[in-house]
Amino acid sequence: MIDRLDLIVIGAGPAGLSAAIASARCGLRVLVLDEFPRPGGRLLGQLHQEPDGFWWNGIKEAQQLVRQASENSVDIRTGVSVTALEQIGQTGWKIWTNRGPFSAKHVLIATGAAESACPLPGWTLPGVMSIGAAQVMTNVQRVRVGNRGVVVGMNVLSMAIVSELRLAGIELAAIVLPPKNPLNVRASDPGDVLRSLLRFAHLAPNALFRFGASFLGNSLMQRMALKLYPRRGIRMWNTPLQLRRSAVEIVGGSCVEGVRIADIDSEGVPIPGTERLIEADFVCIAGGLYPLAELAAVAGCPFRYAPELGGHVPAHDESMRTPLQGLYVAGNITGVESAKVAIAQGQVAGLSIAIDSGVPDSPTETELQTAMHRVKQMRRDALIQFDPDITACRNRMYGTNDAIG
Amino acid sequence: MSYGRIENHPILGPLPETRRVCFLFDGRPIEAREGESIAAALLANGIRTLRAHEEQGTPRGIYCNIGHCMECRITIEGVSGFRACLSLASDGLDVCSGIVLPTPFQPAKLREGDAYE
Repeated sequence: MIDRLDLIVIGAGPAGLSAAIASARCGLRVLVLDEFPRPGGRLLGQLHQEPDGFWWNGIKEAQQLVRQASENSVDIRTGVSVTALEQIGQTGWKIWTNRGPFSAKHVLIATGAAESACPLPGWTLPGVMSIGAAQVMTNVQRVRVGNRGVVVGMNVLSMAIVSELRLAGIELAAIVLPPKNPLNVRASDPGDVLRSLLRFAHLAPNALFRFGASFLGNSLMQRMALKLYPRRGIRMWNTPLQLRRSAVEIVGGSCVEGVRIADIDSEGVPIPGTERLIEADFVCIAGGLYPLAELAAVAGCPFRYAPELGGHVPAHDESMRTPLQGLYVAGNITGVESAKVAIAQGQVAGLSIAIDSGVPDSPTETELQTAMHRVKQMRRDALIQFDPDITACRNRMYGTNDAIG
Repeated sequence: MSYGRIENHPILGPLPETRRVCFLFDGRPIEAREGESIAAALLANGIRTLRAHEEQGTPRGIYCNIGHCMECRITIEGVSGFRACLSLASDGLDVCSGIVLPTPFQPAKLREGDAYE
């Protein structure tokens, strides 16, 4: 059994592992807990080509972090679900898990993000899954999710995973919008979706989209583009991206047999008489991501609401400290961003925790400043911005400015 | 219907060799790759229905595949409530799908015009 831990990290993803490495390098005794059977968090499954041609393979990135953690005597335990945590006076925190309690002076919550639900009739049928489920099944478990699928929802995450499914040879019949309802207001509005797609059109394999991004600067042009956008969609990765159609319901008896879709008007409202059935044996629902922050709430941490970051996030400053003594956050729990930002945030958290521990090898304030600077750089250089206003929102939250130097 | 595995991947390469294990799903032997989840092994064998909804009996399968949604509840060695996406397949494991439960405390169905108490 472990005695006298300095830090427990909840979540063995990019933020948690990098924080564990950074603090262990300063001499802290660190335990990392994760309920998934493998460490790596949602690095596992990521697979994309960067502009310089390098293939970012999340499995390899995770292996590298795990190796560095092991070299620094970090104890990583998988299959451990954290159910609660409580502050014990001034001495630290007690963590409750399915494998019994653990205690440490400091706790870092790095639980990442979860996928937003996007309910539509028929979505409980076997064969319907979140887009992230299909990513993990395909790239990590290497199991085919089906023979012919429909993706409901167009956002940065679903487009990335569509390309991964295609890479693995999975056939997709169409990508359509979710039905218009109070939960899907922006995600079902073709104009809003087109604008958000154009923000990362530079990554698209389709020349028309890349070209479109360059001249669709003003809203008049965008409205025209929507009118001219073909009903049958523009093919990307050999899959029709049907911006002017939405899913009405998923149909099937004991499992998915197809998706009923309809043409929609410019407001996302189905046009009567246009319904048709697309045959499919699986459906991926892409509702976007939100910070997975329940444990911070259980701990008693105050929250801030920041739609740019994906929803409610635990209050924290640029050093990744929360208002509660000994409690830290890093990664997507602080806002939905790319894995590289999460890794940089983890390094900040690890250094902050080492400073607060007062270990002999304590990092200097300058080192912490450098690490915080790196987060900004990673944010600026990120291939994909989940929201255009992330930087402005972070600046407001941290009382910082844009200067990167 | 059979789905099978992605044996060759243009970037990730061939599926690495691993030992095979065999577990039981509702009494039927299922072959799995050592270290893979029960959800993945079942899907690879063409099984997508993991349980019947406890009350309505409608079929349910995986949804999120990473432990968040609790849709893939199964019973392992007689203990209910395990998540198939987080539970690893191992030799001889006895896995059962979720079943419809009795609902003894359900009030009689309201008829139109009945007032709520």
